[in-house]
Amino acid sequence: MAQTVDARGLSCPQPVILARNAIKAGVFPIEVLVETVTSRENVKRAAERLGCTVQVDEMGEEFNLTLTK
Amino acid sequence: MSEKLTRFFASRWGIILTGAVIGILAPLLQHWGNPANMGICVACFERDIAGALGLHRAAVVQYIRPEIPGFVLGATIAALLFREFKARTGSAPIVRFVLGVFAMIGALAFLGCPWRALLRLSAGDLNAVVGLIGLAAGIYIGVQFLKGGYNLGRSRKTHTAIGWIMPVMMIGLLLLLVFQVKVSETGALFFSESGPGSQHAFWLVSLAVGLIIGFLAQRTRFCTMGSIRDVLLMGDTHLISGLGALVVVAVIMNLVLGQFRTPAFFGQPVAHSQSLWNFLGMALAGLAFALAGGCPGRQLFLSGEGDGDSAVFVLGMITGAGLAHNFALAGAPDSVVDGVQKVGGIGPYGMAAVLLGLVVCVLIGVTMREKVEV
Repeated sequence: MAQTVDARGLSCPQPVILARNAIKAGVFPIEVLVETVTSRENVKRAAERLGCTVQVDEMGEEFNLTLTK
Repeated sequence: MSEKLTRFFASRWGIILTGAVIGILAPLLQHWGNPANMGICVACFERDIAGALGLHRAAVVQYIRPEIPGFVLGATIAALLFREFKARTGSAPIVRFVLGVFAMIGALAFLGCPWRALLRLSAGDLNAVVGLIGLAAGIYIGVQFLKGGYNLGRSRKTHTAIGWIMPVMMIGLLLLLVFQVKVSETGALFFSESGPGSQHAFWLVSLAVGLIIGFLAQRTRFCTMGSIRDVLLMGDTHLISGLGALVVVAVIMNLVLGQFRTPAFFGQPVAHSQSLWNFLGMALAGLAFALAGGCPGRQLFLSGEGDGDSAVFVLGMITGAGLAHNFALAGAPDSVVDGVQKVGGIGPYGMAAVLLGLVVCVLIGVTMREKVEV
């Protein structure tokens, strides 16, 4: 069962904080929804630092990041 | 190609490049006419703009600084080119306004925003060390609120025209400057004839520098507050490598240009050595920036890419500058009167305002926790 983190519309650094909390909870895969390229890069960098593999899918004007470990 | 460039700008080298470019251009702006240790200061320059518009009447700090429109419009150009311009708003704008007001009051107690603190440091002003420690302390408090669930809520996508309001206002400021509008003998615009407001590089040069930095900073998300916050929050040194590059390069530039002074506290240019209030002023600014999610520069860049909430923060800062000077809250520089060294600083109203600001920001941090659905 995938965890979903909806970080759309949240400003910096909320998307990263939510993603980190989800990673610490330890249930994978985690789907993170973000709206801006800034959030996409920030979440990706933070997740990779915590040892996750990140796959990015672009959906219209949004991004769906799938975090696995 | 565009995606490749985006990757470069998002990399550590991208942020280091941006810091280095600021470290080169800011001291050069001083060499070309900007006030000492004030090649770039977002707070000071917004304050000068407030003065030019007559929102305060401190005669020595009135000028429409083209760097500010340059920052916003440079970010707009970058966001359009890379298809990141996105109009959005609605994340507690009134709170962002209040945070902007107090961020400015704190910054003017210190006499500079984080950008100027770095530039002052790079030229030997030791008060900047005190200010930067204060800034970090304020951000540290903000980080505790963030960890405790502080959140101003989601913004929403909105009409594209809303995203354009800030860039268009900046073009308006430039037009006022270019045409040197003067509505009457005693009316706006006001331009300083002496003091820091009268010292500036040629406006096209200032604008060009602003555009370059705005462009790079939009791409790399350069943020002075975010640099320190990311280290405190999660040990992430990505953004702060940009700050490091800025300081190292600015020190070299200041040495080359003869702008570096023997490191000292007293008598630094447009600065005071009242350490307690340098510390508390920047602590207030740091906390307000942390709660608003960006330093004053970052707020300008975000407003340029369509973020209406950041635009409100900027307007809050400009309003705060008006209040700061009208209510005698801003710091006065050190001076030498009849051969006697006189330490400057803020007066009783300024002290009360800084303390009030800290209380208000703490209340915002404590009361505005939103449980976000995960």
